[in-house]
Amino acid sequence: MNLKTLCLGVSAFVSLALSAHAETLTIATVNNGDMVRMQRLTDDFKAKHPDIDVKWVTLEENALRQKVTTDIAAKGGQYDVLTIGTYEVPIWAKKGWLVALDHLGADYDVNDILPPIRNGLTQDGKLYAAPFYGESSMVMYRKDLMQKAGLTMPDAPSWDFVADAARKMTDKANGVYGICLRGKAGWGENMAFLSAMANSFGARWFDEKWRAQFDQPEWKKALGFYVGLMKDAGPPGASSNGFNENLALFQSGKCGMWIDATVAASFVSNPKESKVADSVGFALAPDNGLGKRSNWLWAWSLAIPAGSTKTAAAETFIAWATGKPYLDLVAAKEGWANVPPGTRTSLYANPEYAKLPFAKMTLDSINAADPLHPAVKPVPYVGVQFVAIPEFQGIGTAVGQQFSAALAGKTSVDDALANAQKLTEREMVKAGYHK
Amino acid sequence: MARAVTTRRKALLTVIGWTVGFLVFFPILWTVLTSFKTEGEAIANPPSFLAFDWTTENYTEVQHRSDYFLHMMNSVVISFGSTALGLLFAVPAAWAMAFAPGKRTKDILMWMLSTKMMPAVGVLVPLYILFRDSGLLDTRVGLVGVLTLIDLPLIVWMLYTYFREIPGEILEAARMDGASLGKEIVFVLAPMAVPGIASTTLLNIILSWNEAFWTLNLTTSNAAPLTAFIASYSSPEGLFWAKLSAASTLAIAPILVLGWFSQRQLVRGLTFGAVK
Repeated sequence: MNLKTLCLGVSAFVSLALSAHAETLTIATVNNGDMVRMQRLTDDFKAKHPDIDVKWVTLEENALRQKVTTDIAAKGGQYDVLTIGTYEVPIWAKKGWLVALDHLGADYDVNDILPPIRNGLTQDGKLYAAPFYGESSMVMYRKDLMQKAGLTMPDAPSWDFVADAARKMTDKANGVYGICLRGKAGWGENMAFLSAMANSFGARWFDEKWRAQFDQPEWKKALGFYVGLMKDAGPPGASSNGFNENLALFQSGKCGMWIDATVAASFVSNPKESKVADSVGFALAPDNGLGKRSNWLWAWSLAIPAGSTKTAAAETFIAWATGKPYLDLVAAKEGWANVPPGTRTSLYANPEYAKLPFAKMTLDSINAADPLHPAVKPVPYVGVQFVAIPEFQGIGTAVGQQFSAALAGKTSVDDALANAQKLTEREMVKAGYHK
Repeated sequence: MARAVTTRRKALLTVIGWTVGFLVFFPILWTVLTSFKTEGEAIANPPSFLAFDWTTENYTEVQHRSDYFLHMMNSVVISFGSTALGLLFAVPAAWAMAFAPGKRTKDILMWMLSTKMMPAVGVLVPLYILFRDSGLLDTRVGLVGVLTLIDLPLIVWMLYTYFREIPGEILEAARMDGASLGKEIVFVLAPMAVPGIASTTLLNIILSWNEAFWTLNLTTSNAAPLTAFIASYSSPEGLFWAKLSAASTLAIAPILVLGWFSQRQLVRGLTFGAVK
């Protein structure tokens, strides 16, 4: 046996022994562009950590939420890393369902995470999830149509300006609609947009005693404004439009403005996907001069369920996926425009990233959101476009159905609000928030 | 004259038949066409039927991102396994109910059917805990077991209906000739009930192949069948229809081929006993 054969044999044995002892992490995630990219780049993680293997379980958002909730509640231990949203983190952390991320490593730099995002993922001073990408909402608009209407979009527009511009940009004969907004019913669909919009109108979900506020004039003004604007300047069938439907409309040149997630900025300005890529402008979400803008705050984050037996390896993976070197890796392989946005201060200090047309507006939008004080009036809850209580998913979707019906013209604004008030109060009494 | 009316009527019926057939087939055709479009073309309004830039990039990406063959093998094992196991229990049960009915046979049949009326999510957590404690989560064995139990009432009912159509006198004659119970079932009953058993088998394979609630909830990665493969292509933020259509086309292709080759048995079995 020569030396070469011996070396080959030894290295084969070592790699076999390593793979025999490799821990396999099961990672549950959603099928968003940034997550898919992370899956593609997993080889980098495996190269750095040959003793850890990863298996991906990709699901639709609601299916994932249901599966993961079942597994955590039943302590099934099927997952080692979960992709969860800002809504779940405080609720699940409080229930003891998540492991605190205390060992992300010395070079992880927790303080570099954008403060509004970090606050949303922290419970009792401990970080329970690390943000993979963060987002707010903002106005995306067609510069050419705005110019044609004889208007100039300010960096921080008011609702009155947006409504006026939308009506002027509308050209129904040619299939161009001034504004595209979410109308599909769901707590994460139309209610994400409408809750954030209502904040800027001075409305709130609950008063300090957890009493529903849909019978207050602020909600009537907000919903009436939304329905009226969409009737005049929105696309037909808007009550079934969510993020993807509006994205398709905007990319194909049928919307003058679209107010939605900041993550859409990279889609609409990508010439491969968007027909209007060269004429897209960005502005902060509108306000009404009451001190609150209508932008939300959300982050898809990675967390470890309490049932996992591989917490050390899971934390190693999370540190890799949400650390600074990962952002550099994506930039090197796929360009700065594809780097997961909205998580780290250092990313926005990077001159290369700052060159992107949507970078500054994304950062400003995220910083303008305050989940601890989302409304003009005081509230007993945390969350800008949601209320971080377990009952909110059910209530939010039921209220969303009422508002979607109002948009479709199946019910009046007054009736929709009355029904929303009634059903929310019923659920809150049942849940014991008040009598 | 009468002949002309008949011909016109035949032509009309043919046109109606083809139209209904096309309408039923259209969603599948549209899925296949969408799978060859770009994401932008997939959601274009007005949609293009055939005049678009055909591309196979969705199939390439689906192949690249997912282990299709693992998911397909899981689907094959789960659907064929649960059907075989179900038939093993259902044939004797249906025989007993059809040819040796007791006082409570009808009640038992109704009770079996009533188990299908309960929403599946109602037993999700208890079953999940049972699976967790017996180490069956994310295993093919566990899914074969649960799908067998879920489809058993339907198999028993279908077989019972077919067996009832077979004259009991033939079985009596076999018994008088000295055939044992086993021989009676295997050599007399089974050959006569082949169309019924075949269509029950095919229908059950299709149902198990398409079952999405349990296969999604009781698996993660190792035993996840094609339903989980399709579900992984839906996205809350980003266009996905073309890739989802490619994944769906790949997922239904094997069962379409199976259905195509066995359509005669399927139709014969489904109409068995319909006209006396």
